Amino acid sequence: MGVKFKRPEALTENHTHYCPGCTHGIIQRLVGETIDELGIRGKTVGIAPVGCAVLSYNYFTCDFQEAAHGRAPAMATGIKRVRPDLIVFTYQGDGDLASIGMGEIVHAANRGEKFTTIFVNNAVYGMTGGQMAPTTMPGQRTTTSPFGRDTSDTGMPLRVAELLSSLATPGYITRQTVISPKHIRKAKKAIKKAFEYQIEKKCFSLVEVVSTCPTNWGMTPVDALKWTEETLLAYYKLGDYKLPE
Amino acid sequence: MTKVLMKGNEAIGEAAIRAGCLNYFAYPITPQSEVAEYLSKRMPEVGGMFLQAESEVAVAYMLFGASGCGEMVFTTSSSPGISLMSEGISYIASGQLPVVFVNIIRGGPGLGGILPSQGDYFQATKGGGHGDYRLLVMAPASVQESVDMVMEAFVLAEKYRNPVMILGDGLIGQMMEPVEFPDTPPPPPPNKDEWATNGMDTRKSNTHNIVKTLFLDPEVLNNHNLKLKAKYDRMKKEEVKFVSYNTESDYKALIVSYGTMSRVCLTAIDIMKEEGLEIGMIRPQTLFPFPETAIYKAALKDSCKVVVSIEMSMGQMVEDVERCIKGVKPVQWYGKCGGEVPSPEEIIAVTKEFVKEQSI
Ligand SMILES: Cc1ncc(C[n+]2csc(CCOP(=O)(O)OP(=O)(O)O)c2C)c(N)n1
Ligand code: SF4
Repeated sequence: MGVKFKRPEALTENHTHYCPGCTHGIIQRLVGETIDELGIRGKTVGIAPVGCAVLSYNYFTCDFQEAAHGRAPAMATGIKRVRPDLIVFTYQGDGDLASIGMGEIVHAANRGEKFTTIFVNNAVYGMTGGQMAPTTMPGQRTTTSPFGRDTSDTGMPLRVAELLSSLATPGYITRQTVISPKHIRKAKKAIKKAFEYQIEKKCFSLVEVVSTCPTNWGMTPVDALKWTEETLLAYYKLGDYKLPE
Repeated sequence: MTKVLMKGNEAIGEAAIRAGCLNYFAYPITPQSEVAEYLSKRMPEVGGMFLQAESEVAVAYMLFGASGCGEMVFTTSSSPGISLMSEGISYIASGQLPVVFVNIIRGGPGLGGILPSQGDYFQATKGGGHGDYRLLVMAPASVQESVDMVMEAFVLAEKYRNPVMILGDGLIGQMMEPVEFPDTPPPPPPNKDEWATNGMDTRKSNTHNIVKTLFLDPEVLNNHNLKLKAKYDRMKKEEVKFVSYNTESDYKALIVSYGTMSRVCLTAIDIMKEEGLEIGMIRPQTLFPFPETAIYKAALKDSCKVVVSIEMSMGQMVEDVERCIKGVKPVQWYGKCGGEVPSPEEIIAVTKEFVKEQSI
C-alpha cells in the first residue's frame, strides 16, 4: 500500500508547543503542504510573529526571520523589495496584526506588496495569557476584560478581512476557519491560492483563519470549536472578501 | 577624481550608491529630506530601489527584512525619526544585521526645532532601543568626511555584522562644499550564505537559515550577549578614530568637540593662538568607540589645566570625557542646543574663563 498521508517536507519533525485543541498546528500544516505542492521551499522565507507562533521557525524547513510585535509586514516588504524572486509569507496573530501592527498591514496591503499573510484570529492574546485583543467579542471575558468586553468603552471587534478589502488596491482577501474537515479543505485551497497569486506576482494576499484558543477561553477543545462556530463565525463571516481584477 | 559642489544630504545619498548600496528605505523629515528626494531620482538611474515607507517604525523593519536576506541597505532620518526606529535598531543589533543609519540631528526633545543640534549623542552611543547593544557611531565634520564615512560605514557594518550610525547635524546636511568620490570601486560585500535568509535555492543548500532575536533560555541569551560584547570590545580596539589639533603646543586647555561644533572650535583655537593662548583639541571621529586613551593622555600634559567639552547639547559627551579623564584634570562643559551653533567669540570667552578659574 502506498503512503497516503505523511509529514510535508516543508515541516520539521519537531513537536509543536501549541496547547491541546489549538488550531495553530493545523494552519501551519496547511502552509507546509502548500509549500510542498508548489515546490517553492528553496525560495521561501517565512516571517514568524510575536505570539504563540513565535517559534514557527522550529516547525518549517525553509528560511525564516522573526519579527517584532506587528512588524512582520514591514519585514516582508523589505525582503520582497530587494529580492522579488523570493516567496515570502508572514504568519501573524490577531494581537500582532490587528493591534500594534495595524499600520504595517494596512500600508503593505495598500501598496499591493506581493507577499502572503496568514492571519490567525483567535479573538484573544494567546501567548501572553489571554488579554483582550481588538478581535475579542462583545461580552467576552479575558484577563483584561474580566467583566466581559464592554464595547462602549473599547469599541467593536475589528473585522480585518472587511477592513483590508475596502482598499482600492487589488488583492486576494479571504476569511476561512479550520474547525472541521470540510472547513480545513476550503482553508487549504485558500492558502494555496494566496501563494499562487504571489508566485504570479499578481497581488497582496491575506488569508484570515478563525482559530481557537481553548486555553485562554477556558474551554475544552470541543467546546472551543462549538463556540467558534456559534459565536465567532456569526460575527466573522467566512468567504472571499476580495479577488484580484 | 574630480571635485563637485554638493549639498551634504545629496552627497550622503550619492556616497551610499558609490559604496555599492542600491537599496534605500526612508521617511521624510527635516533637515534631511533631500536625501530621499535625491535618491528617488538617482536610484532608478542606477537600477537601485527606493521605497518611501509609511513610518520610521516600518523603515526599521524593512531594513531588517532586506538586510536579513543578505542585501546591502541603508536609511537616513533625523532625531524624532530615529526615536521611532530605535525599537527596530535594537532588533537589528540583536539579529546582527549590517545596516547603515544616518542621523542628521535636529534640536529636541520632542518636536524641538529643525535647526542643527548634537542632542542625540546619548541615544546614538548609549542605546535608544532596549537591551545591551551598541552601534558603531561616526561623526563627520564636513561634507567630504560625510561621504568618506558613509562609504566606510558599509564596510564596517559588514565587518562586524552590526548597525553603524553616521551622526551628522542639520548644518552638515544643508551646507554645500566641494567633494570628491573615489574612483576605485568599493570592496564587494562578503558572502552571507552562512546566515542570511536568502532562500535555500540561492545558496544551493538544504539547511534553512533563521534570523531571530528571541533566546528564551537564559544561558543562551547570556551567551548571545557575550558574543555581542566581544564584538563591541573588538571595535574599541580596532575602530577608534580621532583628529588632534594643536596638541604639539603647550596648551593650557584641551577642547574635546566633534562634528560641526569642532569646526567652530578650530577657528577659536587659531584666534587664541594669535593672541598667545595655546589651546589643544581632540575631535572624536568615532563616538562609539570613544577615543578614551587619546583624550586621557592629552589631558595628562603638564601645561593642561582644564579639559572642556564643547557640544551642541546640554552636556552629553562631557560624561564620556569625564569618564576617560578619570579625575586627573578638571572637566568643564559648554554648549547650546536651540539650533544655534556657538560662535568662535563665545568659545574664546568661555575657554579663557575656564583657564582663568584653574590658574587662580
Ligand atoms: C512591543 C511588544 N509589546 C508587547 C509584547 C508582548 N506580547 C507578546 S505576544 C502578545 C500577544 C500576541 O497575541 P496574538 O497576536 O493574538 O497571538 P496568539 O498568541 O494569540 O497566537 C503580546 C502582547 C511584545 N512581545 N512586544
Ligand atoms: S495559548 Fe491559545 S493560541 Fe496559544 S497555543 Fe495555547 S491554545 Fe493556541
